[in-house]
Amino acid sequence: MNLIYEPWPWYIAGPMIALILFLLLMVGKNFGMSSNLRTLCTLCGAGKTTDFFKFDWKSQKWNLIVVLGAIIGGYIGAHFLSNTTAVVLNPETISDLKTFGFESAGTAYLPTEMFATTALGSLKNLVLLVLGGLFVGFGARYAGGCTSGHAISGLSNLQLPSLIAVIGFFIGGLTMIHLIFPILF
Amino acid sequence: MRTLIYLLIGILFGITMFKSEAASWFRIYEMFKFESFHMYGIIGSALVLGILVTQSIKRFDIKSFYGEKIVFTPKAKSFSRYLIGGIVFGLGWALAGACPGPMFTLVGAGYVPILVVIAAAIVGTFAYGIVKDKIPH
Repeated sequence: MNLIYEPWPWYIAGPMIALILFLLLMVGKNFGMSSNLRTLCTLCGAGKTTDFFKFDWKSQKWNLIVVLGAIIGGYIGAHFLSNTTAVVLNPETISDLKTFGFESAGTAYLPTEMFATTALGSLKNLVLLVLGGLFVGFGARYAGGCTSGHAISGLSNLQLPSLIAVIGFFIGGLTMIHLIFPILF
Repeated sequence: MRTLIYLLIGILFGITMFKSEAASWFRIYEMFKFESFHMYGIIGSALVLGILVTQSIKRFDIKSFYGEKIVFTPKAKSFSRYLIGGIVFGLGWALAGACPGPMFTLVGAGYVPILVVIAAAIVGTFAYGIVKDKIPH
């Protein structure tokens, strides 16, 4: 029972994600989180500016409830199901993060340099958070899905477009970390 | 009743994202450095079982819990939108260290700056809606 308080290994987490996919399919829905960002645009009144956001947001209400659940789940996971939230990383990863100035590597869940509330005081950090978010939002909709919609749902349905998108995710991610991080940090 | 089911599925998803550390910026970095099997194990095992689930539902025409047909919509055929969109997404995923599911999980876990990322992701989605017809698909 104590195992639940430890970080979950991949062979628990992976099957849990497949279970979530299964449950959503069995209630007649699909697994795709980024479409909620579009729904949130519509809720903010974006339907007035372009047709892409003109749809009945109520048809997506179920997915917003899943999001609400994901928020609650994060609270439960962090506050009731964890003794410690420090992520045990590969020592090599830790040492290269330290050269980039991420001293919190190995002792925190997220880098405090970016995600502690005080980090909002750094203009550079704020710009990075905004850029990261913009790329995720723009890219997910351009590609028609994110990790859940393409890498899990789409690939499970053997969709070639999803494979192309996932290859894109990796080209982008590898470029960011191997080529752009050394410039940024 | 259905609302409660969606909420419970979401909670299960949120707990899984947090506890598996898939919502950790560090794990995403480590994944793109190929320095740990963890994230590949998560995505890989989810995928193998996901294929099994999806293909079984299609092959055996399994009905939903409500007795309805389960419909899979094929993704529209294209190359450029998936590759370019995917690359843009990947750049953001690695920088922010979170994709659109875990972002929300981190709100619940109490990380305030993730709200900036979410707000920017909504703006990014809006920007896509505006320029959609002018970029290659």
